[in-house]
Amino acid sequence: MSIWDPDYECMPREEMEQLQLERLQASLNRVYKNVTCYRNKFKELGIVPEDVTSLADLSKLPFTTKEDLRLNYPYGMFAVPLREVVRIHSSSGTTGKPTVVGYTKQDVKVWSNLVARFMTAAGVNHDDVVQIAFGYGLFTGAFGLHYGSEMIGASVIPMGAGNTEKQIMIMQDYRTTALVSTPSYAVTIAERMEKMGIDPKSLCLKVGLFGGEPWSEAMRREIESRLGISATDNYGLSEVIGPGVAGECQCKCGMHISEDAFLAEIIDPDTGKTLPPGSIGELVLTSLTKEAFPMVRYRTRDITSLDYTKCDCGRTTVRMKKTMGRSDDMLIIKGVNVYPSQIEDVLFAVEGCQPHYQLVVDRKGALDTLEIRIEVTENIFFDEMKLQKAFLDNVERRIDSVLGVGAVVKLVEPNSIPRAEGKASRVIDNRKI
Amino acid sequence: MLKIKNINAYYGKVHALKNVSLHLNRGEIVTLIGANGAGKTTLLNTLSAIIPTASGEMVLEGKNIAGLAADRVVSLGLSQVPEGRQVFNPLTVEENLELGAYLRYRMGGQRQEISEDLERMFQMFPRLKERRRQAAGTLSGGEQQMLAIGRALMARPKLLLLDEPSMGLAPLVVQDIFKVIRMLREEEGTSILLVEQNARAALKVADRGYVLETGKVILEGKATELLENKDVQRAYLGRDKKEIWER
Repeated sequence: MSIWDPDYECMPREEMEQLQLERLQASLNRVYKNVTCYRNKFKELGIVPEDVTSLADLSKLPFTTKEDLRLNYPYGMFAVPLREVVRIHSSSGTTGKPTVVGYTKQDVKVWSNLVARFMTAAGVNHDDVVQIAFGYGLFTGAFGLHYGSEMIGASVIPMGAGNTEKQIMIMQDYRTTALVSTPSYAVTIAERMEKMGIDPKSLCLKVGLFGGEPWSEAMRREIESRLGISATDNYGLSEVIGPGVAGECQCKCGMHISEDAFLAEIIDPDTGKTLPPGSIGELVLTSLTKEAFPMVRYRTRDITSLDYTKCDCGRTTVRMKKTMGRSDDMLIIKGVNVYPSQIEDVLFAVEGCQPHYQLVVDRKGALDTLEIRIEVTENIFFDEMKLQKAFLDNVERRIDSVLGVGAVVKLVEPNSIPRAEGKASRVIDNRKI
Repeated sequence: MLKIKNINAYYGKVHALKNVSLHLNRGEIVTLIGANGAGKTTLLNTLSAIIPTASGEMVLEGKNIAGLAADRVVSLGLSQVPEGRQVFNPLTVEENLELGAYLRYRMGGQRQEISEDLERMFQMFPRLKERRRQAAGTLSGGEQQMLAIGRALMARPKLLLLDEPSMGLAPLVVQDIFKVIRMLREEEGTSILLVEQNARAALKVADRGYVLETGKVILEGKATELLENKDVQRAYLGRDKKEIWER
């Protein structure tokens, strides 16, 4: 089992903490100088970067939330002038506007290297042929894995998402050895192969790197046995860097966080208090090396826990458990982040009033489905079927363009959706992850 | 081997170093870059106890050196080559070198070893051997710089602090000085903390660097990364300018 960056990945804890402190202080000095949003937040709390003299002092600093990114849309959180930014990505926002993130040349290099680390840990080397079945475009997933593979020296096939039969054909003909996709898409591929009568064992596939959505150990066993590969999980989010925050080694006992680049904390999502090591809570990340888009205490909303015990692979970095859920109402559907509020906005725009609606998320085979049930009101009741159909089509089209994920829209009887006291339970998630 | 945490230092009321943290591994060359008044020399002077540390931790090979007297710091293995050489002009080259070993001499002889080291210096710097009986004040700037480095090495330091070694020297001589720095690391395995106004040259020879601005560290990274960094290029390198020594 080789290690890409042993100097950093196997650094003794004491040295790592010294390096983290140095980089944290330098990063705070930079954001305080260059990013108005951070400067104002620090001033509100009456603190300056010099107040941070140890890693424990991190808890004195303000959190950064998705809302901050939205308020500073598009470039307000950048710490360098735009002319030094060589790449812009974005991710879905909670309400309409997406969030924008930027990378300098150096950031892209660092990013590639971080991805190369977890890809190496997963078993990829320069002899591999890596098929990337993530969507290219504004999402960070495909590009991150693409650069990581190139840095390792593997051969990259930038397939993009979808078109399963072509994926399988290329997998056979180009002798793909490593598959990069969402875990659910890996199952789709396995199912399609069965239908086509192709034995996965006859392929050259040996490893799968799956991310973008939460998945269970049961699903890992299913993918591993059906495709005959070693499947590993990796974690990242575009607000922080994209893939490359953490990834599993072959011990498959948690994802190693690249601690020289990110400081990880676990907090109580309700009180914001830092929790002791080992507790389950919300993951908060602080970037240590990023130039264009530094992050101070970003609330990921992902629920997990951190394990500081030594891993058998030799890496000394802390491991995070597979994410166990969210501390907000975000849904991950086919690897795309979806907020109920986005759907609400679309319905409001179409109808002009707040409808009663319910979201039903399910998994058919391995693919997620989203159904939106809307209660019929006077405004959207049509005598003619044709008008009714046109209305539904219109809603579906808009949902698709806003979310980037298709949904089925259905009308239901008035008052058939249960009204909950206080916060309406708008989401029914029937997937068993 | 060297670990510094949250060092603060003052010149009168001026807060010259603000919570500076840095480290240096054995055999590494680390450079500090920054504009005039950023605190580079101050940091070296605090390390060698020339100016007092207001607060913070400094640990050399597991031993605390914060608050110690300058001679204690030297005996623990840290020698500084000061800015502007500061050789003893009226003394001969040989006497200057011998003074570098003064602490070793006083603390228990080692005369044999000291004279061996003297010969080693002459091997390393043949020019100094030619001029061993000459008064140091009569040497050229480059020769004086070599003498200052040799004098510091006579204390057998584990860590060498070099303050502006190329200052005021002709480009070709600067080239020689950087050759010496490379040789010290490659042949002697000396760890070096280098302050240099010629940021590009310093980053070319160093493994890692820290960028200081108004007494604060704003960037840490591999020297190759810092060379590529736009902030560093804009502020300290002069983007397209090539120095004579690298043409």
